Amino acid sequence: MSPILFELLLRSIWETVLMTAASGLISLVFGLPLGLALIATERGGIAESPWVNRALGAVINGFRSVPFIILLVALIPVTRLIVGTSIGTWAAIVPLSIAATPYYARIAEVSLREVDRGLIEAARAMGGNRWTIIREVLVPEALPGIVAGFTVTLVTLIGASAMAGAIGAGGLGDLAIRYGYQRFETSVMIAVVIVLIILVCGIQWAGDRLVARLDRRG
Amino acid sequence: MNQRFAAPAEATDQPRATPQDVVRLVDLKRRFGVTAALDGVSLTVRKGEILGIIGRSGAGKSTLIRCLNGLERPDSGEVFIEGREISRLGERDLQPLRRRIGMIFQHFNLLSAKTVEDNVALPLKIEGRPKAERLQRAAELLDLVGLSEKAKAYPASLSGGQKQRVGIARALAARPALLLSDEATSALDPETTRSILALLKDINRQLGLTILLITHEMEVIRSIADRVAVIDAGRIVEEGPVWSVFAEPRSEITRSLLGAIRPQLPAELAARLLPSAGTETLLRVDVAGEAARGPLLSDLATAVPGPFRLVHGGIDHIQQQPVGTLFLSVPGSDANHLAAVITFLKARQARVEVLGHVANPV
Repeated sequence: MSPILFELLLRSIWETVLMTAASGLISLVFGLPLGLALIATERGGIAESPWVNRALGAVINGFRSVPFIILLVALIPVTRLIVGTSIGTWAAIVPLSIAATPYYARIAEVSLREVDRGLIEAARAMGGNRWTIIREVLVPEALPGIVAGFTVTLVTLIGASAMAGAIGAGGLGDLAIRYGYQRFETSVMIAVVIVLIILVCGIQWAGDRLVARLDRRG
Repeated sequence: MNQRFAAPAEATDQPRATPQDVVRLVDLKRRFGVTAALDGVSLTVRKGEILGIIGRSGAGKSTLIRCLNGLERPDSGEVFIEGREISRLGERDLQPLRRRIGMIFQHFNLLSAKTVEDNVALPLKIEGRPKAERLQRAAELLDLVGLSEKAKAYPASLSGGQKQRVGIARALAARPALLLSDEATSALDPETTRSILALLKDINRQLGLTILLITHEMEVIRSIADRVAVIDAGRIVEEGPVWSVFAEPRSEITRSLLGAIRPQLPAELAARLLPSAGTETLLRVDVAGEAARGPLLSDLATAVPGPFRLVHGGIDHIQQQPVGTLFLSVPGSDANHLAAVITFLKARQARVEVLGHVANPV
């Protein structure tokens, strides 16, 4: 592999890491509250509101059913509004975040739903309000699942970021398509695949370790 | 049959409302669909007492106990906690009130992500107390329940009995006026159950804490309750001091719940009973309170000459009151002799039931 290609590889790694980390963080910040809102507003939840629950669910399902490559293009006006441009790595972070947030909200919802209702009842019996229940019960008790779900989301984002090449965001997927596939640079293709394997394994390993440390359920 | 055994001190079945009442329920009703979970429950819990509510699963116990801290709302009726009507309070007004009421649960409901001391201190955190005070109170309570060395452990590493001790410590953290126990020993083995009940009794005595517990086990009622209320299909069918209800259960459901706890005629004997004809007559004699203290059998032998035999039974002590069930066999076919025995026993406040006859001597 030529030094130029190697430099390209390093830059692509950075672009992929940046896209994954930034959109992962954004999906955590918005997806977790969204997951909490889904749990809180469902029937028998701490802020039961079937109408809000249905509306949230519909919006989330709507975003999740659009193929990412379509979302990438369809969101161009929004991206331009937020980032100022519709091409490049930062521009890709907007559609990636918007796709990952409802995805992560559903994963967080599943973990939060697994929290024993008896614990919520105990917190209510102690005189706790909704905020207490969220802060002391729901989030801490679901934390292992919330972290495990975040790991899954990050890995999914690495895959999704490959498509971001379509709007000139660069990244490993783009490198593999343009050089490895279209220019028959097998060494680039192999290098990209190896780096991706290392990235995915590293994220999964770190996530699993964190979950093991957080999980006190014995 | 319808008259209670004389109680030594005060023991009225229906106490009047006094300022001493921690809980007063008036005609509580709650329906779930077509089934009535509570169908007109009126009940009083007096300050410092342990009231046990017993019933089969689905009798309405859980709904009842949850009405006391507003986790459940009655359709109609009133719930007074320390004189204040709470059944129509909003969630926000219920929160400070719930801090006056501790609750322990069948499945402990400890937070797995918090250490034992943080679990115990949680009610104080909810109250907004400073951390130093919370930890000091948690240490005090863990000492009370005998788990000081587990302060930094996580609940997953504790046994069932230890978890319930933590549950009790947590329920006491905010110095409640009332402790609600929701089947607190139902998930524990008999030995652990005894130690948890002993702890509750201790707390009741030492702190003068009023306790309302629900259970489906008569053994629990027997070992710690002062008074018992039997609930069936959403109604209180029987209520009174524990020893008196044990001595003379009025309703079928109470008798069935008492089942294994009260002496029964041995099965092989029961199988041989005939409705009439036989050489011996079997009597079931229930005595309690003062009647059971006297030399009943020797007096019987003196007053009514003629043979009788004690076949089975014994005297139990509940709340320092003797409660006995004796199975007597009166031989011979002399109806007058049998009548004299029964008359004598009844004159001594015993309840006598002719169970039947046996052909061969037992």
